[in-house]
Amino acid sequence: MSTEVTASPLSLFQRMLRYYGYFTLALVVFFLLIAALEWVGVPHKPLGYLLLFATILIYAGIGFMAKTTNINDYYVAGRRVPALFNGMAVAADWMSAASFIGLAGTLYHSGFEGLAYIMGWTGGYCLVAICLAPYLRRFGEYTIPDFLGTRFGGRAPRLIAVFATILCSLVYVVAQIYGVGLIASRFTGLEFTIGVFVGLAGILVCSFLGGMKAVTWTQVAQCIILLLAYLVPVAWLSANQTGNPLAQVAAYTYTLPRLSTLERELNDPATEQGRAEAEARAIFAQRAQMFDTRLKGLAYGDSEYLASERARAVLRVGQQRAADPVDLRAIENAERELRQFPQDVATARATWTRLMQENLQRAAPVKPHAEAFTESDEAQRSAAKRNFIALVVCLMLGTAALPHILTRFYTTPTVRAARESVFWSMFFILLVYITAPALAILVKFEIYQNLVGSSFAHLPSWVSNWHAVDKTLLAVQDVNLDGIVQRAEIFLSGDVIMLAMPEIGGLPYVITGLVAAGGLAAALSTADGLLLAIGNALSHDVYFKTIAPDASPTRRLVIAKVVLLVIAVVAAYLASLRAVGILTLVGAAFSLSAAALFPALICGIFWPRANRTGVLLGMVLGLGVTLGYMVVTYEPFGFGTSLWWDIKPIAAGIFGVPMGFLGVLVGSLLTKPPAPEESEVAEWVRFPDPSASRRWQDGDLRPTGPLR
Amino acid sequence: MSRTPEQTQHWQANRSLSLVLLTVWFVVTFGVMIFADDLNHFTFIGPLGFYMAAQGSLLVYLAIIGAYAWHMRRIDERCHLDEAERE
Repeated sequence: MSTEVTASPLSLFQRMLRYYGYFTLALVVFFLLIAALEWVGVPHKPLGYLLLFATILIYAGIGFMAKTTNINDYYVAGRRVPALFNGMAVAADWMSAASFIGLAGTLYHSGFEGLAYIMGWTGGYCLVAICLAPYLRRFGEYTIPDFLGTRFGGRAPRLIAVFATILCSLVYVVAQIYGVGLIASRFTGLEFTIGVFVGLAGILVCSFLGGMKAVTWTQVAQCIILLLAYLVPVAWLSANQTGNPLAQVAAYTYTLPRLSTLERELNDPATEQGRAEAEARAIFAQRAQMFDTRLKGLAYGDSEYLASERARAVLRVGQQRAADPVDLRAIENAERELRQFPQDVATARATWTRLMQENLQRAAPVKPHAEAFTESDEAQRSAAKRNFIALVVCLMLGTAALPHILTRFYTTPTVRAARESVFWSMFFILLVYITAPALAILVKFEIYQNLVGSSFAHLPSWVSNWHAVDKTLLAVQDVNLDGIVQRAEIFLSGDVIMLAMPEIGGLPYVITGLVAAGGLAAALSTADGLLLAIGNALSHDVYFKTIAPDASPTRRLVIAKVVLLVIAVVAAYLASLRAVGILTLVGAAFSLSAAALFPALICGIFWPRANRTGVLLGMVLGLGVTLGYMVVTYEPFGFGTSLWWDIKPIAAGIFGVPMGFLGVLVGSLLTKPPAPEESEVAEWVRFPDPSASRRWQDGDLRPTGPLR
Repeated sequence: MSRTPEQTQHWQANRSLSLVLLTVWFVVTFGVMIFADDLNHFTFIGPLGFYMAAQGSLLVYLAIIGAYAWHMRRIDERCHLDEAERE
């Protein structure tokens, strides 16, 4: 409780600044120690264990020290988090496994198009700072559904907001836990599923004991670790490659022009490398052609065609076995093809389409990294641009409406501190986000320069290491049998780029461990924030506000913790099924939160005439259109509906958000104005209340708004 | 609920500041996205279109948020709505 604070001569801010200063120092010493151990010759595996478990132990320690039985501490960290630290916590909460692990990989593969994530995931904070955070802080309750429930009255707005919160946060948390499993299995050799459950334990020690209070202070520590883990290796790699540790500049001034030269060479069949590339690409084009033929045959001959193709696969095995001289590799290939031969028409269509697309991709020439919208024909170019803009808009509006981020702004002592903490959040997020595009350029150059053109007999050790972890992450295959690695022969999953970066750049193992610890911090901190957002929506909004309004604080706390536990286990189970890639999952969450919550929150704050009918219509329409569009257009679901204006399902929010606003507008204007106490919420949240924070600090721990 | 003169003043100042900053945000964001390929013909550190999307626009965002926090603090003080921070 707050008594311990006033007893100390130093303010909480000063004390925490001192603690985390020492913490950072200790961390640096610890890493230097590990580096020294590596230098002396201690093997890598124990060092990896030491690094990962030491960091998890730190989080557990902070979580344990911040344990609480106070409901205000549990939900809003006692509303005492200074702006700087709340900014760091938001940054850690925000930067997920997708940011830390996936972002550089996405940028590596898609060049300019990948920058949609960079712009979208930062630009939203302008909206948070100007339109949301100060007003929500002034509102001063506990959750985001709380605001909608109070502003619009009745149970329905609150419950729909709870549903939207769970929908977007659950997808998101599954992606985080997947990230934890990936890192744990790579660095400790644990099996993926076990890694997932170890990660789960790491998440629960923080959030379970101390709720928001413990999560806040672990997130600050995690923010420090993840910043160190992102910035130090990149600076090192940049210094090695360009002679300048400031990658954010050197990548553009030194590396990018050289990378462009290499790209032109690889695309030019007149050069030796370019000729070999063209050869390899032609083989992939041939394979794509073969699958295309099969798909056409399938469309024409259905199951009969499938049977005849299977017969031919059987024949090929027989031919290879009878061949003289015996080629073991060819027999193995033919047998594998038969083993993996699709059982029915539907699987055949799906597998062959996927394989055709994969091969087509690999048959394509190198895309110049920095060029925007390179498609040659005008229609495709403009579709790419439309998709880029739509994705950026969805990510921005989604960011501005993500419940786990917005609740963090309830934890500052004042409205002013909430505004300032958005600045600090953006500052720390920016450090990573301006580094990621530079990193992608550095790694790409490293690979084009050193791996492409090297001999298959002497592949670098990181290739075989990652190959051993999972062949769907990294595979290098000599398709044109010239013994030399071509760019087209390298398959590199986006998730690997960041994690393998230190090895690719030839940095010592301690840096690899640091990156893994950073990735773990990013995934754990985000997972903590998300779990809390889901758990609190259920325990506070559904249980306390809807089912049992007279429950005692102790009982509410017990319920909150039980719900948290259940959600965490469900999320870990879903992650252990290993669904789609990290980014696809997370991308969907942004469209959903943008469409469901953004119009409702904005109208709730700025339009006093908005009423319950309007907001219900808006949320249902927005969510319905977005979800509907995703389901009918996302290929794996198999509806195969054609796209509207070529907009991909990930940016479905671009249709949902306007529908949401339209719903609020039409629904509100067609029905009676809201009750005075409801519309007045939109009035008083506009002004800071000088007495509110004082009341709170004097120990009046009811919510700080006038509706108490 | 009627507003005090100070609240009216506070809201007017807040509203115009917000509108100005949101306009900057909008122009920069959409300007970069729509003209990225044209901007790439110029060079500032890297190709300008790429640089703005990768770094430039982010720095503008930080400046916008910083400007809002800084000016609002002044507006709070001018309208006597600044909150006491005991800690």
